[in-house]
Amino acid sequence: MDNGQWAMSFGLRTTLYHSPFALYLSLTFTINIMANAILDIQHLKREFKMGSETVRALKGVSFDVQPGEFVTIMGSSGSGKTTLLNILGCLDQPTDGDYLLDGVNVKKLSRNELARLRNRKIGFVFQSYNLLARTSALENVELPLLYNSTISSQERKEKAMKALEAVKLADRMDHLPNQLSGGQQQRVAIARALVNEPVMILADEATGNLDTRTSYEIMSLIQELNTRQGKTIVFVTHEPDIAAFSSRTVTLKDGRVVKDSKNENVKSAKEALDSLPVNDDY
Amino acid sequence: MNVVNLFRIAWKALLRNKLRAFLTMLGIIIGVASVITMVAIGQGSKQSIRDQLSGMGSNMINIRPSSNVTVGGGARLGASGLQTLKVEDVDAIKEKVNFITAVSPGLQASGQAINGALNWPTTIQGVSPDYLPIIREWKIKEGLNFTEQDVKTMAKVCIIGQTIVENIFPNGQNPIGQTIRFGKIPLKVIGVLAEKGENTFGQDQDDIIVAPYTTVQKRILAVPYVQTIYASAVNEQSSDTATQEITAVLRRQHKLKASDEDDFTIRTQAELISTISSTSELLTVLLAAIAGISLVVGGIGIMNIMYVSVTERTKEIGLRMSIGARGIDILLQFLVEAILISITGGIIGVALGMAAAELINILLQWPILVSESSIILSFMVCAITGVFFGYYPAQKASKLDPIEALRYE
Repeated sequence: MDNGQWAMSFGLRTTLYHSPFALYLSLTFTINIMANAILDIQHLKREFKMGSETVRALKGVSFDVQPGEFVTIMGSSGSGKTTLLNILGCLDQPTDGDYLLDGVNVKKLSRNELARLRNRKIGFVFQSYNLLARTSALENVELPLLYNSTISSQERKEKAMKALEAVKLADRMDHLPNQLSGGQQQRVAIARALVNEPVMILADEATGNLDTRTSYEIMSLIQELNTRQGKTIVFVTHEPDIAAFSSRTVTLKDGRVVKDSKNENVKSAKEALDSLPVNDDY
Repeated sequence: MNVVNLFRIAWKALLRNKLRAFLTMLGIIIGVASVITMVAIGQGSKQSIRDQLSGMGSNMINIRPSSNVTVGGGARLGASGLQTLKVEDVDAIKEKVNFITAVSPGLQASGQAINGALNWPTTIQGVSPDYLPIIREWKIKEGLNFTEQDVKTMAKVCIIGQTIVENIFPNGQNPIGQTIRFGKIPLKVIGVLAEKGENTFGQDQDDIIVAPYTTVQKRILAVPYVQTIYASAVNEQSSDTATQEITAVLRRQHKLKASDEDDFTIRTQAELISTISSTSELLTVLLAAIAGISLVVGGIGIMNIMYVSVTERTKEIGLRMSIGARGIDILLQFLVEAILISITGGIIGVALGMAAAELINILLQWPILVSESSIILSFMVCAITGVFFGYYPAQKASKLDPIEALRYE
């Protein structure tokens, strides 16, 4: 962490304990002694107050994710899946329990420190792509780097182009989202998630808006990122056939982990794609 | 995020909604343009009034008998009927007052100017030789001024204004050396005045005959007094001092006791200028205030659109937050957008206002003065408007919960 970090925290609600310096200390400290789990959650609880009632969305969830894993989190609606995703994405904080992302305990961080953590360590992929309209693919991919003051505009452009190459869209970098198909838009979104070199890619129903063929294309890309580049991937879905492409599945029900199993024979999305009947609808 | 990026992002966001950005700007554009134009008109007319008044001799001091004096029976007399000012008073002022360059008696008479078969109703002004060149700074176009000798001999000479020339010397006839009559008195034309046009009050200044005061006093009016005394202060600043000195001299001349009121009034041109200037100053302030209101309305337009924009772009805000934008980044983004709208509007408004002022000058021949201060002021007001009206929507955006914002449809 550099001086830029200090400048970024200037004037914000940062106490001494929550200061970037303390963060830095705890970061180096934990990395040195801990097994280097990317994601480590222990007895995670999240309660919401709805008037006089308290809704317990997560009732003590524990698991960890090692680097290079491809984990799907499954569960029906109401299982606490979305709540868990929000916490994993550092958009929300647990009521109780600990969440360590790359060795950093998220619980004690301020709003701004969470923002920084999201910027540096997490790459989000959403169901509805969430690309900025009327903004070119390249600029969409550059977006996370704009919030990182240590990166120059030259560097930003290079990184964004590299990320677009990784999703095989280098030739479409000047296209606007409405000039791209759903699958291409999601690939731009994946490039945007990759561009800040996160420790984890967090996908939320990333294939939910796509047809089977395009879903498999996206899954094939994600598998490739996982196997070839060793990216850690946490993929939230409720579709079992998507879960079959991952190496491990954590199933939630009523705010608890009911099943956490390694997938012995991981299906290849590329093969699944090839086995699909040739589309002759048009 | 650095400043350059902030402006780039804001600029791009505005370009994404060009028409809307322009319509929002329109409020500011109209506001600023009207401030610039209105102030230009106000300042222009003020300047032109000043110039005209200065043309009448900005250092001129005018002494008239005071109408505050009552004669027998308590009835007050109008100033023209009063006979308190004498030629001796003029001599005393000339001798004892330091801050004046020239002094002249003044006597006016109305009558017909006649040349052969042609006649024209006009006014004759009897003054000393200093009156035209020093007190009025009025040039003689052709011929010569009369002299002290002419005053002493009550010479039957005159200098005539352009309007007289046009009316009684119609066919390009040279008036110099001709003899005209004013009433029954024949006067030889020795000079023609340079054209002066109408004054601020619409009077034709060229409709005049100027003659030695003795000629008017003795030959035409046959009175022992003078109606007016004209003097000229050394400069505009010293006209107050000169006034005080003249007052002292005249009081002594008229043998007034300390308890007596002045039996004369002194008006200075400087006084008149400041009176009329303050009227047009008020006009400028009123025009600027009306224009300023439209600037505020423009600001409210920005606020409204920024609120709409924040609501409309809730999802974008959620996304930006999820990929690492802090509250302050979002706040600055929207604030800079508002400032960009207002400043761009301000620049266009200044250009448009200056163009409108120029157009008014060309088409309506109104005097125009675009002052730097009005440009700087309205520009600053613009920037402040942007910050002020942009802050609350921007703050609203920065306080959004990223989870809620992302889920917003």
